[in-house]
Amino acid sequence: MAPTPCITVDHLTVNYRDVQALRNIRLTVQPGKVVGIFGPNGAGKSTLIKAMLGLMPVVTGRVSYGEGTLARQLDRVAYVPQRSQIDWTFPATVWDVVMMGRVKKTGWFNRFSAVSRRLATEALERVGMLEFRDRPIGALSGGQQQRVFLARALAQQAEIFFFDEPFVGVDQKTEAVLFKIFQELAAAGSIVMVVNHDLGESITHFDQLILLNKELIAAGPRDRVLTRDNMTRAYGGHVGFFGHVA
Amino acid sequence: MSPELAVLDWFFEPLQFAFMQRSLAVAIMVGIICSVVGSYLMVQRLALLGDAISHSVLPGLAIAFWLGVNIFVGAFIAGVISTVIIAWIHTRSPIKEDAAMGIVFSAFFALGITLITTIQKDNKIDLNHFLFGNILGVTAGDVRDTAIIAVLVLVAVALLYKELLFYSFDPLGAQASGLPVGLLNAGLMVLIALTVVASMKVVGVILVLSLLIAPGATAYLLVPRLHQVMLLGAAIGVFSSISGMYLSYYVNLPSGPAIVMVVSALFSLSFLLSPRYGVLVGPRRDRPWQKLRTLLLSKGSRP
Ligand SMILES: Nc1ncnc2c1ncn2[C@@H]1O[C@H](COP(=O)(O)OP(=O)(O)OP(=O)(O)O)[C@@H](O)[C@H]1O
Ligand SMILES: [Mg+2]
Repeated sequence: MAPTPCITVDHLTVNYRDVQALRNIRLTVQPGKVVGIFGPNGAGKSTLIKAMLGLMPVVTGRVSYGEGTLARQLDRVAYVPQRSQIDWTFPATVWDVVMMGRVKKTGWFNRFSAVSRRLATEALERVGMLEFRDRPIGALSGGQQQRVFLARALAQQAEIFFFDEPFVGVDQKTEAVLFKIFQELAAAGSIVMVVNHDLGESITHFDQLILLNKELIAAGPRDRVLTRDNMTRAYGGHVGFFGHVA
Repeated sequence: MSPELAVLDWFFEPLQFAFMQRSLAVAIMVGIICSVVGSYLMVQRLALLGDAISHSVLPGLAIAFWLGVNIFVGAFIAGVISTVIIAWIHTRSPIKEDAAMGIVFSAFFALGITLITTIQKDNKIDLNHFLFGNILGVTAGDVRDTAIIAVLVLVAVALLYKELLFYSFDPLGAQASGLPVGLLNAGLMVLIALTVVASMKVVGVILVLSLLIAPGATAYLLVPRLHQVMLLGAAIGVFSSISGMYLSYYVNLPSGPAIVMVVSALFSLSFLLSPRYGVLVGPRRDRPWQKLRTLLLSKGSRP
């Protein structure tokens, strides 16, 4: 397989009607690193992902992946939305959700193949949820639900992974599983982008950071981004965290 | 006559009439497709949309009747137009979707009633038949049209099942995986409009919401997966349709309300007694009567 190209975001501006959510974002995301997207509430983190994937209209800008537009190559992308976007009372089991990762690859009117079922089984195994495959998704803990969504993303066999706030409401064990798999995906040459806003200890798990507050504050290796100056510009004066700042 | 024979006789007596055969056939088909398509409405929290589409078919129906076109076609077109206008209002203005639905469906409904009342004066057309159904007036042509719609709807749901499951559970995730969610949504609207149109004669546009939502909701309290909700819902829909028709025949009730009362009774049973979520049974500790009991006992044990 050819090595994964970079994602390039070029002068991206996004509005919600008259609210400007993102202004003139320029950045490059390399494969092989776990990239964290940080910023205060309402900074436009979720919007950045949605705009990159073409899930919402942009005012200006272009997001390219390799030769083409990223939004035209969605079969290479796995996206896990923010937990709050999902209706957890929906009548589906763990297995149903993981198999959703195989829908696009299976194609219209086709039934799931044995390969798809094997990939889904392996993905569940990898996140430690295989024994729950027949559970309704509503009967899981928050951490288990997040691991099921990770399994769905794995089953998609993507090159590019987007996770929106995967650590919200999850237990320690799930957090460890998620970070381990993010590292493995990156090590295998994938692009891994993770929205987060916990500035605690766990920030050391990210190789690269993107710091956002409507506009791009900084992007690059962790130590270069986490400066006092950048943090003040992103979060204002009131951040109690500077323990990991270089 | 032995009791067994009496029951059989009770069952078969209505079937000797051709009109009962036709109306039962239509009621059964409608019971199936309403439950299947309505399950999507329920899981997407779009119950009100079912109501909106069903009220919106009236003007199309009136115009089609006036032009001498098949009224199913007119009703279908009006139903689809109403969903387009609802989506247009709610994406192009800060008006919320439920408000948009309320505005559009009452406007269409009012227009429909106005048109039908006008036409009614010099034609043999009865507004009540569309509002509350007129299943005993089902013609052979209606049976054929309903069968065509039922086959179309069921084949579409079967062929698009995995895509529609993904889309209705996680629309953003589905879109991000490259599925054409706009098309899927439009397809779902078309299926709902077709189903509503097929149900007009059975329950009428006002009560069709019950057949769309209640069977799926009843099943949802009993089984955990969407296709099971649909299958059990369809069984519940069919049972309600048949028993409603017999009630209507023997007790001389209007058939639409009779069917709706049966399906509502089944929902109540499931709500109270479902092993998974039943209010009176099941594994939950937060059942209201248990709280009450704990409260009373703790009060009672105090000196
Ligand atoms: N559907 C919407 N309509 C209007 N404005 C919106 C909408 N969604 C988000 N916004 C606005 O866009 C801005 C960015 O929102 P976004 O959800 O991308 O932030 P975020 O960084 O993901 O925040 P959070 O940490 O709360 O998830 C916010 O100011 C928000 O108010
Ligand atoms: Mg967000």
